[in-house]
Amino acid sequence: MRNSSSILQVRNLLKTFGAVVAAKDINVDISQGEIVGIIGANGAGKTCFVNMVTGYLAPTEGSIKFEGTELVGLGTRKITHAGISRSFQVSQVFHSMTVEENLMIALAIANNRGADALSLMDTPDLRSKLDEVLKRYRLEPQKDATVSALAQGVRKLLDIAMAVVSKPRILLLDEPTSGISVEEKFDFMDIVMGALKEDGVTVLFVEHDMEIVERYVSRVLAFYQGEIIADMPPKDALADKKVQEFVIGKEHHKKKK
Amino acid sequence: MGPWRFLILNSHYFLGANNMETFLTILLDGLQFSSYLFIVSAGLTIIFGVMKILNVAHGSFYAWGAYTAAFFIGKFSDMGLPDALGFLIILAAAIVVGVILGFIIEQGILKHMYERDEVLIVLATFGLFLVLEDIILIAFGTDPYFAYQPMALLESVELGGITRDVYGITLIGVAAIVAVGCWWLLNKTKWGTLLKAVIFDREMGISMGINVPLVYTLTFIGGAILGGLGGAYIAPTISVAPGLGTEVIVLSFAVVVVGGMGSIAGAAIGSLIIGLLRAIAVHELPQVELFVVFAVMAIVLVFRPEGLFAPAKPRKI
Amino acid sequence: MFNDKTAKFLLLAALVICVGGAFAPNWIVNQFMFGFSRALAILGLMVLWRTGLVSFGHAFYFGLGAYAVAILDSKLGVSDVFLRLMAGAIVAGVAGFLIGFIMRNYRDIFFAMLNTAISMVLFGIVVKTESLGSTDGFAISASTIFGLSPETKYPLFVIITLVGLASALAVNFYLKTTFGKLTTAIRDNEIRVEYLGFSVAHAIHLKYTISTILAGGAGALMAMSLGQVDPESMINWTVSGELVFVTILSGPGSVIAPFIGSLVFEVLRTYAFELAPQAWQLIMGATFLTIIFFLPGGIWSLIEKLGGKKNEK
Repeated sequence: MRNSSSILQVRNLLKTFGAVVAAKDINVDISQGEIVGIIGANGAGKTCFVNMVTGYLAPTEGSIKFEGTELVGLGTRKITHAGISRSFQVSQVFHSMTVEENLMIALAIANNRGADALSLMDTPDLRSKLDEVLKRYRLEPQKDATVSALAQGVRKLLDIAMAVVSKPRILLLDEPTSGISVEEKFDFMDIVMGALKEDGVTVLFVEHDMEIVERYVSRVLAFYQGEIIADMPPKDALADKKVQEFVIGKEHHKKKK
Repeated sequence: MGPWRFLILNSHYFLGANNMETFLTILLDGLQFSSYLFIVSAGLTIIFGVMKILNVAHGSFYAWGAYTAAFFIGKFSDMGLPDALGFLIILAAAIVVGVILGFIIEQGILKHMYERDEVLIVLATFGLFLVLEDIILIAFGTDPYFAYQPMALLESVELGGITRDVYGITLIGVAAIVAVGCWWLLNKTKWGTLLKAVIFDREMGISMGINVPLVYTLTFIGGAILGGLGGAYIAPTISVAPGLGTEVIVLSFAVVVVGGMGSIAGAAIGSLIIGLLRAIAVHELPQVELFVVFAVMAIVLVFRPEGLFAPAKPRKI
Repeated sequence: MFNDKTAKFLLLAALVICVGGAFAPNWIVNQFMFGFSRALAILGLMVLWRTGLVSFGHAFYFGLGAYAVAILDSKLGVSDVFLRLMAGAIVAGVAGFLIGFIMRNYRDIFFAMLNTAISMVLFGIVVKTESLGSTDGFAISASTIFGLSPETKYPLFVIITLVGLASALAVNFYLKTTFGKLTTAIRDNEIRVEYLGFSVAHAIHLKYTISTILAGGAGALMAMSLGQVDPESMINWTVSGELVFVTILSGPGSVIAPFIGSLVFEVLRTYAFELAPQAWQLIMGATFLTIIFFLPGGIWSLIEKLGGKKNEK
């Protein structure tokens, strides 16, 4: 889908690890404000794609342009500064600190650049931003809890909240609901997507749960063996033969067992 | 004069020597030095390879081996027993020290720390080192021991114009035996395959049904025996005095770093490099004797931190 | 900078100690001088420890600081206490800054060992160099303060206490900045710190340099307190080990901890040597193991438990 307001342009992305092809012929345009679901079986290349966009892995070939700037070769730090953040499949948080401290660090890093990093961290300005994030993500009740004692769901919320405080324009979520119980999934996603919508963030998320995908996205990218086999609205994607065979078919088989 | 003949006739220059005698002296000194370093470092590196522990207390195994051997050689000599028994004492000292100390330390302290941070474990072994060093002082006193009997027994021999103690040459032989023994154990026995599996990936070893705790205990004891053997065998050639362990442990670190932590071949090459370097320095430029060893260690750490022969690490995505 | 509990305590304690020192017997004054000198190095190592890094070679910087004083004294006749202190701190700090470029990419065992290697290179050089005193070391003339030669050690004692105070306050402040808060964050999850947009390498470089400046200052102060330098008690790897021991003994919980831990160490050592010179290392090693197993937060965590939880926000 070529669009004049496309902010992320991926062209001919290729990633090989020796003889293994992890990603091939990836061509995608993402527009401002889109909510995109990335689906595919394990090993299909979804996390690899996220890793490349966020600078953790360097593609073997190809280009990734964000608002005209080439991202390939920049590294995670600079890409975060440019406005792209991510959350992690297994939440990557600071386990010996409290929820509040985790968020304060994230906020401080986002706001105290350069020489500012040598000034006191705990300022009224950051405090008010902290309170806002705690409220948005319903983390207030646990703000003094040490992360290592938290339930998986809260940890994931924290993980996402930390990625969001830098006010990214694109946010990639890697399996946000994995590890969260069936009853809580929708509440969880309501909180997250609600908060993100308020800021007008473009969101891409990797997800295995088709119900979640159907409910929240306007567009689906289906991966299979490192390539995108479908790029269409969710209803069409779920009905697509290839997607059914190579992505959902496997999901259904899992459910039947 | 053909190129090969030229090279051989002038090979002594490669070791900085300006004549054949000095060359031989440096070569043999270096090999002897490398030998006991290798025996000790082989133990250190195998403990690191299998258990991922950098055992500072290894210096104590060396010291304990030396003291125990020296003490009993002296005692037996006083009792009028034949000097040849000294060799048996040396072997026995190494085994007793390795088994007793190794067992106590591994079961008493290390076993309870395996899930903890690797640096913390190193600190614990440092604490153990301090404790063991003082126990030596309490048990053996501060006066030096001289257990020269086995060395005197073997007398000396003339080689290429210089006189060398036969005992020193047997040290090289012992190191060679240890090297071959380790190689054979690792590559030709079932035990070796188990060890290599655990070195490569502990979790995989457990899932393959290997009794990893037993492997750990036996490895640690084996390494301790080697440490003790290094000390015991060198005892007749030196004055066994307090502070033995302190110097050897940091030299062993250098060997293990240069050769690659966890690799016996690496320990061999590392010992050779460091032993020869030190021998050259002692003879040609004594001021740099200590400095050169650690400079090499630092350089290897900067340019090739895994060492020259580090065992392959599994890829963890 | 002065409005939190720790800062207030430090100011008060420094005052009490300075005043008390005027009336205390010499041996107590000496304990404090040695203890507080060392505490400076521990302060720096504590910052690294909180970041998850342990250096087994900081005797390098400690020794550089001490020998800088010695060389300044013997070759240039510099005796002013402040010049000596600055020299020690600057020499060590510059070395640390340069070495930091390499060191900031290392972690765990390799970080520890590279520091050891570098420190043993210095040890090897000093031990074999006649003009540097080799194994005997050499004596240092008494320090002068603004040109005056004091009769007793009291003025030096006060200066050391005040330097300790200033350093503790500075580090306390540092730990409340974004840079400082990153110590624990880096230890917990380096990748996330990078992903949030902060350079872990830069952070570690800064912390390392701070620790080397402090270690150099510590060495300088120790040299002045002792009146002599020698490689065995200032540069050898065993000295680095001692510094690490005191760091663990003190605990990472507060900038006050290094001072308490260092004093405890000093007293322990003096008494152990008097009662049973053969048992000092035994005591040190056994204490080390006890702390590692039963009191990982060090003495400070014990104080916190006894005094009720101090809420430092």
